[in-house]
Amino acid sequence: MAAEQDHLAPEKYEEQHVHEVYEQIASHFSSTRYKPWPIVETFLQSLSPGSVGLDVGCGNGKYLTVNRDVFIIGSDRSSNLVKIAAEHEPHSAVVADTLALPHQTGRFDFAISIAVIHHLSTLERRREAIKAILECLKEGGKALIYVWALEQKTSRRGWDEGHEQDVIVPWVMKTGKKNPNEDGSTEKTFQRYYHLYRSGELEEDIVGVGSEVFESGYEKDNWWAICRRPLKP
Amino acid sequence: MKLLTLNFLTCAVKACKSSSASFPLHPKECELVSDTIAPNPKLIYNILPRVDWNALVVTASELGFPSLPPAAPTQEELEKDENMMSELHTLLLETSVSEGMLVCGNCGHEYRVKEGIANFLLPNHLV
Repeated sequence: MAAEQDHLAPEKYEEQHVHEVYEQIASHFSSTRYKPWPIVETFLQSLSPGSVGLDVGCGNGKYLTVNRDVFIIGSDRSSNLVKIAAEHEPHSAVVADTLALPHQTGRFDFAISIAVIHHLSTLERRREAIKAILECLKEGGKALIYVWALEQKTSRRGWDEGHEQDVIVPWVMKTGKKNPNEDGSTEKTFQRYYHLYRSGELEEDIVGVGSEVFESGYEKDNWWAICRRPLKP
Repeated sequence: MKLLTLNFLTCAVKACKSSSASFPLHPKECELVSDTIAPNPKLIYNILPRVDWNALVVTASELGFPSLPPAAPTQEELEKDENMMSELHTLLLETSVSEGMLVCGNCGHEYRVKEGIANFLLPNHLV
């Protein structure tokens, strides 16, 4: 459990346990993230040509390769990941914070945010992020949000209902024999923060910011939901 | 950072997002590069109605491009005029800012573009 969380302001905590980690593990992380999840792929392929969208927390841009007839402006906190993402033409990627997006209000046909919101360490910040993403959409625009599930007892992590939802998950990176640590070991462990979503919680967050869910479900250890503008005032 | 991208982005400062003065961001001391991207007329036809044409006219003129027509060409016009189609493809998708600054007309904050990547992270006092 993330005890240290209590002592730090959420943005500082996330800086240490999310942003700095991704910046350092960027290329290793990227080499393990190449296969699009089916729900996301189907969502992106269903869009009409010329649709303009945002991919908030785009990471290495693996979803920027799915549909070349739409235009996506991805964003991520990690400039090392954005450099990789920006290579996926015809799309685009910028360095930005999920809670201070440069994307214009009301201009986008769609949004995706895949495995990102669960890195925000308070309920307030998670909802603020969902609201910020939805505000970029035009009326009738759709967003697909995807978060890690608490209920995943068959995964190697083994979490399930009733477990602690705020967790630290290690990312182990092999440094290679050429660049060993000072003590001679060849592995480096980074600690990432996650808020694991329980069943129904993602939908509550979406409704909580005045939007509505029109499809949601569970796919391989993750909860997902498709929601839309308009937001109620 | 493509010109098409610039057409959808504004200042990341909350108070600026609702101000018309913040859009489009103004390029300052910018270097441009041209990439080669496979033409995709279907993308261009369908994206044009979503482009803020007035903002594109401003951006193109601030970057020193020959002036654009006052209104966006229609798909019909583009189908007849291959030249115009290819110029638009070049302007929107192939031309990008590689180095320089993007300045908000409302708060004056300057966002840095380095090696083609724009950085919209805000300093603490603007968050």
